[in-house]
Amino acid sequence: MKQYIIRRVLISLIVLFGVSIMLYALVRSMPSDYVTLSTSTNPNVTEEMRNHLRELYGLDKGIFQGYLDWLVSALKGDLGDSMVMKRPVSQVIAQYAPVTFSVSAIALALQLIIAIPLGILAARKQYTKTDYIITTLVFLGLSLPSFFFAAVLKRAFGPYGLDWFPISGMLNARVNYPDGMTWAKLVDYFQHLVLPISVFVITGLGSMLRYTRTNMLEVLNADYIRTARAKGVPEHRVVYSHAFRNTLIPIVTLLGSSLPGLFSGAAITENLFGIEGLGNIGLRASQMADVPYLMGFNMLLATMTILGFLLSDILYAVVDPRVRLS
Amino acid sequence: MSEEMKNNQTAASVDRMEEMEEKRLFMTPGQIVMRQFLRNKLAVVGLVLLVAMALFCFVGPLFSEYGEAEIFYRNPETNEEIRMTDHEAIASAVLNAKDKPSAAHWLGTNEQGQDVLTRLMYGGRISLMVGFVVVAVELVIGITMGGIAGYYGGKVDMVIMRIVEMFVSIPFIPLMLIVSSMLVGLKISPQYKIYYTMFIMGLIFWAGVARMVRGQILALREMEYMQAAEATGIRTSRKIFRHLVPNVMPVIIVMATMDLGSVILMESTMSFLGIGVGIPYASWGNMVQSVNDNVILRQYLNIWVPPGLCILLVVLAFNFVGDGLRDAFDPKMKR
Repeated sequence: MKQYIIRRVLISLIVLFGVSIMLYALVRSMPSDYVTLSTSTNPNVTEEMRNHLRELYGLDKGIFQGYLDWLVSALKGDLGDSMVMKRPVSQVIAQYAPVTFSVSAIALALQLIIAIPLGILAARKQYTKTDYIITTLVFLGLSLPSFFFAAVLKRAFGPYGLDWFPISGMLNARVNYPDGMTWAKLVDYFQHLVLPISVFVITGLGSMLRYTRTNMLEVLNADYIRTARAKGVPEHRVVYSHAFRNTLIPIVTLLGSSLPGLFSGAAITENLFGIEGLGNIGLRASQMADVPYLMGFNMLLATMTILGFLLSDILYAVVDPRVRLS
Repeated sequence: MSEEMKNNQTAASVDRMEEMEEKRLFMTPGQIVMRQFLRNKLAVVGLVLLVAMALFCFVGPLFSEYGEAEIFYRNPETNEEIRMTDHEAIASAVLNAKDKPSAAHWLGTNEQGQDVLTRLMYGGRISLMVGFVVVAVELVIGITMGGIAGYYGGKVDMVIMRIVEMFVSIPFIPLMLIVSSMLVGLKISPQYKIYYTMFIMGLIFWAGVARMVRGQILALREMEYMQAAEATGIRTSRKIFRHLVPNVMPVIIVMATMDLGSVILMESTMSFLGIGVGIPYASWGNMVQSVNDNVILRQYLNIWVPPGLCILLVVLAFNFVGDGLRDAFDPKMKR
């Protein structure tokens, strides 16, 4: 097991190295760089000044040299300064990651709480009206374009409609809150986050629910469940202690793959609701060709994705004794 | 006489029953799948929805006299509508933008004075076409790479799977933003940009297909019929593509159907961000984009709700059909 993990980590490092080369080459081959994009509206900036700026930002170097420089300093722990935010990338990520992370984590928790019981219910009542209703709702959620759903929610519950929730930002800008967390501040956060979290939960619920249902069905058809029923074990015990435990195995592995989602934070939803999170900043950075931030942020996501794969493989071996890692 | 007829009738009905019995016994696998599929109500609803949408998008424009990018004007005094072809009247006309739904424009006009219903049809053409092309590209690359990795195993498998992991770990939206700005920088016209975009999306999405195909083939390779194939001494490419891949087909078909839905969703998201289908061409995604204008979000639901609903319905239909196919292909799912 230990050997397996060490080998996997080493291979992951190679994969990450490949990803970083691909990313850097892509970001740098954008036709207009940050200097051109940020000075294009200013007629007073001469080409000479632009070239000077490029030198300052390190954009005058070729792709190859630039990549080597980035790699060397990144290995030392320095991700460079974000051009858009004018601050070190690691600082920007450290400041905005909690926002993205807590929103996504709340959404993920809600998804689990809703998806697992409903998935079990749908499997127990396979091909009944309950199953059809749940399946239809699940597919509706899966098929909803998040930007359209966000717009519908904004129109229906925002100030133009029922006026129940604010539709932009994290806090009411007209109120001055103290630095620490107070009850009123928490309520304000909650009100601002109801709609974006609804978008995350409803559009993301489906795959988890389907997964639970499929696996539950498979387990419920197993011989040992028939034996349990034949012995006269009460139905709820059959479902919740005999069948459900074995359904947990695939769900645990699904959790591993949701790791990158906790940090990427669905850029579009964040953007539409004006939440200052990593994804939203990433969107702006891509539009402005902010090389250091794009590299730092995307490499963070790539690391999380690969870590997620590794984690789900290890968890698989932990929860299922039949699986041996070698 | 009547007795005889009755006898004849019963004999005939017995014959017919036997005939039916026989037919049921000799159903081909395809017929079994078909029957299972048609029993699934949601899947049939999905299929009907898809056919209706395809007709709407591909046949619909034949009945509309308006062009995709045609702009409508109106006379500011009489409020009479003026077409783009009427060059003399246009000089003193104003844009007929954000018109309410009427007999001439069933869904009204958008902020640029274009007919929403007509754009809805043309936009659907693009969305459906993007879906099919991207899935075709990803399947060709994914099946080939996954087949090779699964069959050969060892070092080949190792290398291919690491490449797959690299493709999976690059976040999609930032990647497409970069690709799109590159395409704009290369001065590719909006008309061709969509073809490049489709091809690139296929190049990115093949990784998922390859992973799935490889997993399936790893298991199939150990089966006895493959040993038999080995013993006959046929070519390796024949073993992979004639004996292994067809057995993965059901899984591939289901995956492709579901992917059609998710690719359409992706494309609409990209167009919404302004990096997919470009103006003046319509796509459902870039039609929803008008919600960024608060006035439209509030007052002109006829401009942004229909394209959003169209995306929802088409993706939903593909998901229903894919799910129905999965149940139909699965022999364990007999009801």
